[in-house]
Amino acid sequence: MISVRNITKRFGSYAALHGIDLDIEPGEFIALLGPSGSGKTTLLRIIAGLEFQDSGQVLFDGNDVSGLKVADRHVGFVFQQYALFRHMTVAENVAFGLQVKKRRDRPARAAIRDRAEELLRLVQLEGLGGRYPGQLSGGQRQRVALARALAIEPELLLLDEPFGALDAKVRKDLRRWLRDLHKQMGLTSIFVTHDQEEALELADRVVVMDHGKIEQVGTPEEIYMNPATPFVSHFVGETNRMAGQSGEVHFRPHDVDVVGEGGEAVLVDNVFRKGGVWRVEGALVETSLFVEIDLDAALPQPRPGETIRIVPRRSRLFNPEGGQA
Amino acid sequence: MKLRATSEDRVTQIVLIGLALAFLAFFLLLPLVAVFSEALAQGVGPFMDAVHTPDALAAIRLTLIIAAISVPLNVVFGIAASWAITKFQFPGKSLLITLIDLPFSVSPVVSGLIFVLLFGANGLIGPWLAAHDLKIIFAVPGIVLATVFITFPFVARELIPLMMEQGKDDEEAALSLGASGWQTFWHVTLPNIRWGLLYGVLLCNARAMGEFGAVSVVSGHIRGETNTMPLHVEILYNEYDFVGAFAVASLLALLALVTLVAKSVLEWRFDLHSGASH
Repeated sequence: MISVRNITKRFGSYAALHGIDLDIEPGEFIALLGPSGSGKTTLLRIIAGLEFQDSGQVLFDGNDVSGLKVADRHVGFVFQQYALFRHMTVAENVAFGLQVKKRRDRPARAAIRDRAEELLRLVQLEGLGGRYPGQLSGGQRQRVALARALAIEPELLLLDEPFGALDAKVRKDLRRWLRDLHKQMGLTSIFVTHDQEEALELADRVVVMDHGKIEQVGTPEEIYMNPATPFVSHFVGETNRMAGQSGEVHFRPHDVDVVGEGGEAVLVDNVFRKGGVWRVEGALVETSLFVEIDLDAALPQPRPGETIRIVPRRSRLFNPEGGQA
Repeated sequence: MKLRATSEDRVTQIVLIGLALAFLAFFLLLPLVAVFSEALAQGVGPFMDAVHTPDALAAIRLTLIIAAISVPLNVVFGIAASWAITKFQFPGKSLLITLIDLPFSVSPVVSGLIFVLLFGANGLIGPWLAAHDLKIIFAVPGIVLATVFITFPFVARELIPLMMEQGKDDEEAALSLGASGWQTFWHVTLPNIRWGLLYGVLLCNARAMGEFGAVSVVSGHIRGETNTMPLHVEILYNEYDFVGAFAVASLLALLALVTLVAKSVLEWRFDLHSGASH
């Protein structure tokens, strides 16, 4: 089990993390989700040993590793920009972690070569061992980086925005592939992302962070359906706000019924087809707050300028202090 | 005629190109030609004789020795400084970056004087040195010191932007894979910077062999002992030995040409290399 105990970190006068506590079960796939500056990458780097906390502890299976350097923590780290060694072939990159072992721990040359080949097969890059990183596509490079990290048989795999530098199509394929790989290997893994879709799709549990604090930890289902704070409600999925009697009412675009009378009046501004639904953009007549609503595309398409009346089917009330009412 | 957004008047073009060429011809090509033609004015025989005098040979030997000592030193200093500046955060970093440029901004003569003031007979630690029978000023160590000081920025200035652009990811990746600091430097950092480093070494070497001002102040101009090639050229010239002066000078000019060619080749390789890896 990986435990993070009351971690704080400052960069000069800027508090990157204040008081982070987190427990990660063996075999879990965890997403650290947050906007830039939320401290998610700093937390990942502290767990890796690439950065050191000002106070607090990092425990691997109950052992305090807070003082250990990255080389002694047996973690695999995958960088957003791959960080492949450009002057080495793909196979040499993958074998690097084995080559630099002390002589008495180092496997024989043939064993290293076999291991590199095996890993390249695992990441579906068989036969590309002789190429240089510069000759590979972004997705292939990231898989080489992953194979290289796995070569040292880490107890924990850490990925910093692993799909951040890839284009949308490759990103989606690689995401699915990584999820399957995780299922197959069961290696405890933590990845950092600012993309909520990515976090919800891949992770067993999502850690939502903002301003150096954890806002909520939960399964993707819990995070989406029961956001603990207004921030989580906004950051994960789309959310509309409405004034309620004792705070702010949040509701998802798809949790809305159109009614003949009563409810809230919405002045329609723009309508377009979004897959199987009409996406209606408009403003609440009463407060002129912007809202987005999804309506069944079987219904007639609302016209801009029309007024429709809506009732949230499902909503959450947050009191002015930011907590949940 | 095709119209382009950047198209200039054809006359303007010709004038500009002509100006640039004329400038180059007058200030660079002409002197270069003059050096070689003066050196060979009386044929190959006198040229070879001039280069083969004991004093000339001693100057060439000393120049090579100075370069052989100061260039490796500055490779080590340059890499160390660039590494510190680009891979670590520490107070006084911007001061260090400014200081690296100091030898470029100070007149070479002043640089030489600094060492005379430090190590000279009336200098700060001159008496102590004299008491221990150590000679720095008017001796080889002084010339080495002055040369190291003058050529310090070449390697560091070449490496700092390069290493800054490359960031720390590669090194961190190597460390996370269990590599030691030395292994990381040797297998990851050095290959990443090798072309830039070579380029810096080349420039550093050219200057180390060609430096006049600072070396002139600390050397004492002792023939056959503390005269480097540039100093030797000056002495011969002052003695109206034009063939001799230009013969030695042509060797220095040749070095400059070789450096230029090597630099172009390197730039080409460097571009090719970084182009293939991004």
